[in-house]
Amino acid sequence: MTSSAVKPQAATTQVYSIFIRATPEQVWEAITTPEFTRRYFHGSEIDSTLEPGSPYKSWSPEREHLWVEGEIVESRAPERLVHTWLSLYDEEAAGEQPSRVAWEIEPQDGGVTKLTVVHDQLERSPKTAAGVSGGWMYILSGMKTLLETGEPLGTA
Amino acid sequence: MDDGDQVFKALADPSRRHLLDRLFETDGRTLGELEAGLAMTRFGVMKHLRVLEAAGLVTTRRSGREKLHFLNPVPIRLIHDRWIDKYTERHVSALAELKTTLEESA
Repeated sequence: MTSSAVKPQAATTQVYSIFIRATPEQVWEAITTPEFTRRYFHGSEIDSTLEPGSPYKSWSPEREHLWVEGEIVESRAPERLVHTWLSLYDEEAAGEQPSRVAWEIEPQDGGVTKLTVVHDQLERSPKTAAGVSGGWMYILSGMKTLLETGEPLGTA
Repeated sequence: MDDGDQVFKALADPSRRHLLDRLFETDGRTLGELEAGLAMTRFGVMKHLRVLEAAGLVTTRRSGREKLHFLNPVPIRLIHDRWIDKYTERHVSALAELKTTLEESA
């Protein structure tokens, strides 16, 4: 029974998806504006013009520390955003190679939008792979609650 | 769809829970890899994977010519946020307090 409790190694491609009662435009806004990320993404503020080739930055609250640094690879509102990801929030992970995050937004029937996060190219960043494997679930669950109720998770 | 019914139904079957455990061990597997070593027909594995996919617990992606299956733990997280937190928080904090009290007085 204990075998299922221990994850030998975090996967180098991780896929997380969630259905959110919101429009693709609202989901895009939640991903790309600091007013939203502050309320579901560990209080962080996204900082990017979203132009391909331009920086992707995620700051700690009050912009005290730079938590994540990357570069926009692809940006197609409100369908797909791809950026690289270097975890600066963890000293050991900060020395790793950048990985890649893709946000895929697909409208479904009945006013529901499917959001899929694919975090891959984690082959040379095992610390990041281990760190984000629980993190994305929490973040997506928080985004869903925020978009559907207008309130961040855990404040009810 | 974001209704918990399908998730609970999918989790109610031991074969499907076993498939999730296999993906938990090694994520991103083909159907062939998933059925290897299982006392289940290919048809049976496919049927269970379809139920897991409909519940959002498994997602598939193409990688070249292969179709890979990934564990999507998000619906379980949602059940946790909706059900587990709500009913356990009080008891857990009461027990945590008891533990602290007992350990301090020890």
